[in-house]
Amino acid sequence: MAAALLVLAALAGWEALVRAEVVDALLLPAPTDVARALWSDRAILAEDLAVTGGEVTLGLAAAIALGAALGFGMHLFTPVRRALRPLVIGSQAVPIPVIAPLFILVLGFGLAPKVLMVALVCFFPVTINLYDGLRDVDPDARKLLRSLDASRWQRLRLLEAPSALPTTFTGIKVAAAVAVIGAVFAEWAGSDRGLGHTLLIANGQLETARAFAATFLLFALAVALYGLFALLERRVVHWTPRTAPPSQGAP
Amino acid sequence: MDSSGDVTLAGVGKAFGDVAALDGVSLRAGARETVAVVGPSGCGKSTLLELVCGLAAPDRGTVRSPPAALMPQRDGLLPWLSALDNAGLALRVAGESRPRARAAAHEHFAAFGLEGFERARPRELSGGMRQRVAFLRTLLAGRPVLCLDEPFGALDALTRGQMQRWLAGALAREPRTVLLVTHDVEEAVLLADRIVLLSPRPGRVVATLEVDLERPRARTDLEVVELRERALTALGEPAGAAEAAAEPAGATAARAGAATEPSAPAVPGSRR
Repeated sequence: MAAALLVLAALAGWEALVRAEVVDALLLPAPTDVARALWSDRAILAEDLAVTGGEVTLGLAAAIALGAALGFGMHLFTPVRRALRPLVIGSQAVPIPVIAPLFILVLGFGLAPKVLMVALVCFFPVTINLYDGLRDVDPDARKLLRSLDASRWQRLRLLEAPSALPTTFTGIKVAAAVAVIGAVFAEWAGSDRGLGHTLLIANGQLETARAFAATFLLFALAVALYGLFALLERRVVHWTPRTAPPSQGAP
Repeated sequence: MDSSGDVTLAGVGKAFGDVAALDGVSLRAGARETVAVVGPSGCGKSTLLELVCGLAAPDRGTVRSPPAALMPQRDGLLPWLSALDNAGLALRVAGESRPRARAAAHEHFAAFGLEGFERARPRELSGGMRQRVAFLRTLLAGRPVLCLDEPFGALDALTRGQMQRWLAGALAREPRTVLLVTHDVEEAVLLADRIVLLSPRPGRVVATLEVDLERPRARTDLEVVELRERALTALGEPAGAAEAAAEPAGATAARAGAATEPSAPAVPGSRR
């Protein structure tokens, strides 16, 4: 509610500034112009949204699979941890604009380089949050399971994996929010479709209203993906104060 | 491993880095006896239980115990499991199917005052109920020795009193060898057959008191009050504590061993 009011106020102020010609409409189109572009270009934009949405969804899925494999692998096997941790962290220091053209060069103009780019941007928060969650276990519960002679597999399944779920969902939500960045950069490096592609073309043609319309859809895509995983989290992680309804208490 | 239920510690020392946790501790708990280990915070009481449960090995001395089940200090309930699944956790770990573990746990729910809360998560349970679920889980591990680490330390005074009476009843029904770690002298007098008093870190046996009193015991019984005062004096008396610390660990151990012979006629309050 408060967020909606804030957005409305910001939009009204923005509209007023452009109408009063304080800013050039070519640099910053008024919200009503963006809305008009959204409507008039709806056919192209819907197609772009489907393309970019597909890239982001597949990329996120790949990132979650890769993050799970790395997180569990680093947790369970010390040599894997020693070998991969610097690489995992270092992978985040590589600037996306440097690596994106390389992906296009090797993998072509199709879907593969975009999915890979999204996965590269997104796997890190998933990996690290899962890995930390697996290690950060209630010491009393850990003692308890050891005293019961639980096997390594039982400790993982009964204690560590459930303990790691809340932080893993945090990682996935962060990944969902930044996933579109990877897709846009990959499309900029080489693509003939998608919201990132349209954004680039519209900017070049000074069609700023259309560029903003594409940006708005990227924004909506990120929010929708985040919301989807937040919803899933509430269903799966039902025991933390953050996600559960207030305790009824008991006598 | 012997399965008679006898727990024996002889001259046990344990250090973590430069910090000595236990220094020459000897004690014995005969089958189906409850032995309370009382001492100030940080005297190595929890370490003692970890040694008995086989979670750690002593640096010096020997620890002999049949398989022991641990009830950790803060219940250790898994927040994502229902009360029923938490209670049956030991059975799941032992390889039972989920339905069979649930069925076994459910048999005790009424007696443990948990009926109607089978599906409740730990955060929906009161402190006393959480402790009862944790105790049931410890019991269902099916081991002859129970190691209880300050089981009621986090409860308010009123609930603690109820839980102490409840535990006394539960142990009368299902007798086990129990090592009860607590910093509450009164709790020790109410529940134990013998009380081992430890000094501040590093933990040494300051005194061993036999509690040869009828059950059930009440906080206000004259003998209970008397024994509690005797224990507190032994713990708090600076002269006595210094004297005990100055003696060689071996002598302390030998004395403690002699005093803890379960067949020996128990002398109430035979201290040192």
